[in-house]
Amino acid sequence: MTLDINTIVEILSGFCLLIGSFLCISGGVGILRFPDFYTRMHAVGVTDTLAAGMILVGLMLQNPDALVVIKLLMILVMTLFINPTASHALAKAAFHNGLMPVLDDTEILNSKERNKTTDNDLEPK
Amino acid sequence: MIGLLIDITLLTLLVGVAIAIARMKDLFAVAMLAGIYGLLTASFFVAMDAVDVAFTEAAVGAGISTLLMFVVITMTGRSEDPVRHKPLLALLVVTITGSLLIFGTLDMPYFGAPDAPIHTHVAPRYINDSMQEVGVINLVTAVLASYRAFDTFGEVVVVFTAGIGVLALLSVARRREDDAVIELVNDSMHEQHLILRIVTKMLIPFILLFALYVQFHGDFGPGGGFQAGVIFASAIFLYALLFGLSTARRVINQSIIRLVAAVGILLYGCVGVVSMLNGGSFLDYNVLSSDPIAGQHLGILLIEWGVGCTVASVMVIIFFNFAGRQEDNQKAQNEEDIDANRAL
Repeated sequence: MTLDINTIVEILSGFCLLIGSFLCISGGVGILRFPDFYTRMHAVGVTDTLAAGMILVGLMLQNPDALVVIKLLMILVMTLFINPTASHALAKAAFHNGLMPVLDDTEILNSKERNKTTDNDLEPK
Repeated sequence: MIGLLIDITLLTLLVGVAIAIARMKDLFAVAMLAGIYGLLTASFFVAMDAVDVAFTEAAVGAGISTLLMFVVITMTGRSEDPVRHKPLLALLVVTITGSLLIFGTLDMPYFGAPDAPIHTHVAPRYINDSMQEVGVINLVTAVLASYRAFDTFGEVVVVFTAGIGVLALLSVARRREDDAVIELVNDSMHEQHLILRIVTKMLIPFILLFALYVQFHGDFGPGGGFQAGVIFASAIFLYALLFGLSTARRVINQSIIRLVAAVGILLYGCVGVVSMLNGGSFLDYNVLSSDPIAGQHLGILLIEWGVGCTVASVMVIIFFNFAGRQEDNQKAQNEEDIDANRAL
């Protein structure tokens, strides 16, 4: 079976879109399941940048029009600049305001026993 | 089918966000949610093919107004006052008004019905003849800047009045700040915001360029003076946020920006007066040039330019005065603390 160039591009595009969508969902799952602010932000930050990038690349491959591709490329470059910066700003603001990352389960247990307060949904596994 | 699905999803999210806004006590989160509400509304406008309105909503609702709310929150405090009265009466009034409004919509024609009054009045002329009469590809710009130029003039006057109101209420005469002090503050912020500053420095030229593109591309695509003004202002906000108000004040001279706000609206009015002097009626651009279409193009270009100038400078004036007020409060607080310490 021979594959012409169009089919290959189509498959590549579909692959990119699929990966992008999967990363979007995994970011959403991460924000719900991860224990503290920093890990959640990591889930969203990393997957969002990559997911948006993948979806944009997929869309670029879908479209033969050069102008559209250039526009998508500009959006991609902007996303690559802005998303990590926004994550950085968020993490910095949280750290600046004294929010400490949760390091492991024993620490969660200790802090719970010490304070007897459950300020967020940190459940020991 | 997919359109219906998108509509339902967006409207559900809108209602969810609105309920969350009503129930939350933390005003910071409320301001955040208001921004999300603006973005969702913008997406809804895009789904309804109103790209120009969506553009404005995204720039103003999700961008500028959220930021202004944050600035206000820094002055007023972060949490809502506890409600002392029972909200039942208010709920009753809202329910009755809402039911009456829904009852009122029952008589209205269906969405997009061809025999609806709005589609039979002046809209056919705009759609059929605007290409011959105005010669602008973007129909919205033709209606906004040419057919309804007088209404738009009113809108710009409203924006300008808002700027004057903020100036009258919040403006304080400030003495010239010491350059050395500004440098010191600037350096101390530099360590703290290094990455943000560098990325911002890279992005600001592109934001300004995009604002100019939106300004002058309004004839062909979505955009125009209002959107461009807000985008331009947001670049300046970004600069002021990361490089400090004092530094931004040195870049953007306050008296010049006030002058620009007035000049923008004056330019708009003058186009109207010039067209009257040339023998047409107020804001009738046909008489601005020997060729009516060229006159229309010239008129639209000039008034959009005026709108852009006024909107951008009024936004900057509002932001600087709100934020400057907060800065003064902080300074006064610091001085009081120092005095108190001395007294002890």
